[in-house]
Amino acid sequence: MEPATKDQAPLHKTALWNLHVSLGAKMVPFAGYDMPVQYEGMGVLKEHIQTRTSAGLFDVSHMGQATLSSPTTDPATALEKVVPGDIIGLKPGQIRYTVLLNDDGGIIDDLMVTRWDAHTLFLIVNASRKETDFAYIHKKIGAVTRLEYLAKRSLIALQGPKAEQVMTVFFPDAMQMKFMTSQKMKYKGHEFFISRSGYTGEDGYEISVPNDFAEAFCREVLQEPEVKMIGLGARDSLRLEAGLCLYGHDIDEHSSPIDANLKWVIPKRRREEANFPGAHKIMKQLEHGTFIVRVGIKPEGKAPIREKTELFVGEKKVGVITSGGFGPTVDGPVAMGYVNADCAKVGTKLNAMLRGTPRPCEVVALPFVPHKYKKD
Amino acid sequence: MTKILFSEDHEYIRIDGNIGTVGISDYAQKALGDVVYVELPKIGAKVAKGGQAGVVESVKSASELYSPVTGEVVEVNNDLAKDPALVNQDPLGKAWFFKVKIANDSELSGLKDESSYDAYIKGL
Repeated sequence: MEPATKDQAPLHKTALWNLHVSLGAKMVPFAGYDMPVQYEGMGVLKEHIQTRTSAGLFDVSHMGQATLSSPTTDPATALEKVVPGDIIGLKPGQIRYTVLLNDDGGIIDDLMVTRWDAHTLFLIVNASRKETDFAYIHKKIGAVTRLEYLAKRSLIALQGPKAEQVMTVFFPDAMQMKFMTSQKMKYKGHEFFISRSGYTGEDGYEISVPNDFAEAFCREVLQEPEVKMIGLGARDSLRLEAGLCLYGHDIDEHSSPIDANLKWVIPKRRREEANFPGAHKIMKQLEHGTFIVRVGIKPEGKAPIREKTELFVGEKKVGVITSGGFGPTVDGPVAMGYVNADCAKVGTKLNAMLRGTPRPCEVVALPFVPHKYKKD
Repeated sequence: MTKILFSEDHEYIRIDGNIGTVGISDYAQKALGDVVYVELPKIGAKVAKGGQAGVVESVKSASELYSPVTGEVVEVNNDLAKDPALVNQDPLGKAWFFKVKIANDSELSGLKDESSYDAYIKGL
């Protein structure tokens, strides 16, 4: 077994750090934060199944929350200069998943953008990328927008088939909300930003709460018998089964949205305008395809095939795994990775070279577990 | 009467005559978390002290299983391959990995008995 890596810089703590420790969480360094990977008496398998069958509460406060505003113009017009999604068309309360692009069309980060009103957008970005993202947005559109980092807010996610029932105890109006919409709501005098969204493939909510009320609120939610606290370990296995990308693994500055099989993030209007960073390259990729593409990979048998494992057809290397592990709901190994375009067709048989032994795998459609979003 | 010894890599070996039964300690299974897959050595394989003799994988990660002694594998636990969760349920009992014919008794003196292993993990 390997010793834990010792980080040089002191780790940040979220406002829920005391809660994690009091629940017996195993804490690990993640993106500069001391975060819970699993909880005493639960563990990754139980926490995963808990979320898929009832409800799980996640601390995702390490992620960056910010507002992008402009007093006289629509900040969406400016944001569209750095993302390829339709932001201008967002109605108040609508959320969009999009990607921040560099001038080469590479993904700087993937993020959620919510329109609050004609002059304000709300952004949620990855923990490991927030400084990079905010510096880039400031550099590119800082002259016409104001970016404000909301350091005094925590972010939690309540996910699973019982999430709606539990939310209704605190926010009766949350029941009517549809997937990818957001509302501001009050509870006990505190302002919450409630979104019907998440990253597990389940129905659920992402909840922005003031730091000074975060722990008290979580303790109230945990009083509900349907809810258990869930760590980052299960968050990873849940998102992998849901076929969702993890930044720094499945996508990075060297992958374009087309490589990443995320072409749906670029709607028709934006393709016609072709005015986002890297548009020249991305439009060519949309027309002619890419050399490599992200696909789902289902290993045969029980052995997990993990990140960096190379994929072969015969003697020829054709790809590499970018995320892989054990899927508790699938009850077997699941993975995703990049393969040469001519190997990307569903049903293609590959070999993963695992500890010197070829292991048969097949290219499959994502997700591994169907999404259960509240779309209507 | 059998005795149990531990390596600093958190494998145990239960000694019965010249046969040792090898598995991972309770401390190791707790550190790994839910075990979902194990790879066992082949019967007849020669294993070296400190050399890789198998793999144990949790949901999150893969770890190597090292043999605490040099010898020949004489039996493997196929029940464990079928139900890897036994590692978490009964690491020192049903979840043994393999039995090894010990080549050199003198290697045992480099291992820790139960009380000195307990003291060792308290210091980690």
